Amino acid sequence: MAAGKNSTAAADTIAMRRTTAAAAVGEAQAEIGQTMLRRGRQSRFWWLVPTIYILFLMLPIYWLINMSFKTNTEILNTFSLWPENPTLRNYRVIFTDPAWYSGYINSIIYVVMNTVISVAAALPAAYAFSRYRFLGDKHLFFWLLTNRMAPPAVFALPFFQLYSAFGLIDTHIAVALAHCLFNVPLAVWILEGFMSGVPKEIDETAYIDGYSFPRFFVKIFMPLIASGIGVAAFFCFMFSWVELLLARTLTTTAAKPIAATMTRTVSASGLDWGVLAAAGVLTIIPGALVIWFVRNYIAKGFALGRV
Amino acid sequence: MLELKNVTKRVGAETHIEDVSLALAHGTLNVLLGPTLSGKTTLMRLMAGLETPTSGSVWFDGADLTGVPVQRRNVAMVYQQFINYPSMTVYENIASPLRVTGADRTTIDREVRKAAELLRLTSYLDRMPLELSGGQQQRTALARAIVRNAKLVLLDEPLANLDYKLREELREELPRIFAQSGAIFVYATTEPSEALLLGGNTATLSQGRVTQFGPTIEVFRRPIDLLTARTFADPPLNTIVLRKNGASFQLDGGVDLPVPAALSGIPDGPYTIGFQPHHLSLEPATADAVPVGAKVVVTEITGSESFVHLSFADARWVMLAPGVHIFEPDERIEVFIDTRHVMVFDQAGRSVSAVARRAA
Repeated sequence: MAAGKNSTAAADTIAMRRTTAAAAVGEAQAEIGQTMLRRGRQSRFWWLVPTIYILFLMLPIYWLINMSFKTNTEILNTFSLWPENPTLRNYRVIFTDPAWYSGYINSIIYVVMNTVISVAAALPAAYAFSRYRFLGDKHLFFWLLTNRMAPPAVFALPFFQLYSAFGLIDTHIAVALAHCLFNVPLAVWILEGFMSGVPKEIDETAYIDGYSFPRFFVKIFMPLIASGIGVAAFFCFMFSWVELLLARTLTTTAAKPIAATMTRTVSASGLDWGVLAAAGVLTIIPGALVIWFVRNYIAKGFALGRV
Repeated sequence: MLELKNVTKRVGAETHIEDVSLALAHGTLNVLLGPTLSGKTTLMRLMAGLETPTSGSVWFDGADLTGVPVQRRNVAMVYQQFINYPSMTVYENIASPLRVTGADRTTIDREVRKAAELLRLTSYLDRMPLELSGGQQQRTALARAIVRNAKLVLLDEPLANLDYKLREELREELPRIFAQSGAIFVYATTEPSEALLLGGNTATLSQGRVTQFGPTIEVFRRPIDLLTARTFADPPLNTIVLRKNGASFQLDGGVDLPVPAALSGIPDGPYTIGFQPHHLSLEPATADAVPVGAKVVVTEITGSESFVHLSFADARWVMLAPGVHIFEPDERIEVFIDTRHVMVFDQAGRSVSAVARRAA
């Protein structure tokens, strides 16, 4: 349509060339039309692969949500694609039974503690790695990352022994500190990438302007790497939230995380499938919420700020 | 008065600044002129206190400032890259040095508006620096540098990243902006023409050493050595080694340059003769201009001027001729050296003209 308008305009202004111009535009239009048609034929099923992919991804989550609204009888005895008698009983159990909801509270407490500790410890460390050259800095930096390479199970035993000695077993801080083992290095790596993207001259300009180091760091530097701090906090939150082994080893009852509660719900009458499914749904929600807030920075975070 | 006393800066095995002594007076504009990696930036960082000298000391108004952290010195610095705080508005950027000193709101507002007025930023005060053009960003940085009335203002190639037109414009404004403040200005540049346009004093740098310091015109006209003359010439200085024999400098290739009267006393022997590209011409400038037969290598035409690259004996020369001239490569042409402006250097590179002048 736009091309048609152009051809009219051309015809009005340059009467002499009218016929040739119109012909040329007509030809061009025909060609564009044909190309589009060809593309259309080629990719009539362009939606197929993404749809299948998304279906496969969403199926388990859908099934979890589906189950959480069913009764145990329905789950065990019939195969239904959606709840035939939708019920909120499963959720009611979780929100009223302290054994269930305290699991969420415990998890959130130690995850938030861990996130705060990790980011607070990683900020100065990352600044040092990004701004100063010192003996062995590169080796130390790489060694940080190797901490992520050992499975947490390796550390379960020494941690248990150590924390028992200090009377920290079954406290929130125990789990928060244990998770620092892999979250601090990760946060350092992410933040270092973001910090190195800020020119060193900005630091110097601030010192020349008279800023002391702490004031410069808080007032000028942190706003510049705010998205990096967000991404680092997100990753710390996620890894701490999903980690099960250390959290379960270091707690018994008072600080028992939700994931541990979920694995211990085999009662005399068998598994309570519906409640378990509802617990699963509620476990996904915090992660999904956090992802929503940092969705624009996640790619940069995965590239450790080096985009 | 800012004084550097025998300042040396080494980083590892490399010497960045070698035994530099300078004294810069209040209310002066001082140009640091030198090619890249000659140590201009390091020298500025030493003056600012961003780096401490390996040996030597930095004095300001009679007080030893060596090792005093930059926060407690009253300096301002503008970088070649446009450095502003990206998370703050232009207003907050300019206000930031004042906020640190704890000035009250009305003072800050007055000073910021004054600086913005001077740098024509008034209508951009609410914008973020990254939304501005390069020239405006650099103006913001300059405004931040002048707003606090620093005693020492360091400008490290502030115009190098700007396009031609903006550079011209800002260069004209800079002396005006800074004239009122009475601070010591230090301006680093790689371009001799910029030093000449700015005037003031010039220190020429070469490989971490200050080769000469004095009024810009003086340094340009009467360099004390070959290194200074080379640093302060763009296009490069034309040189040739000639042998003094009685009353003339000679080369077997057929040059016969009369020895200027002031230099008649110097002993016979080899000397390096240097002259600027515009002292080589197609027409004799005066009756005693010396003709030389040279071969054209290539001609660059800018429009109003032509740079004719010539080869003569072993030397490569550049002639700056007004107007458009078209020569074929390898064409032999006759050019004239303006003898009034030749500089004569001895084998150690010292200017014998300067020595003779001092003796007289």
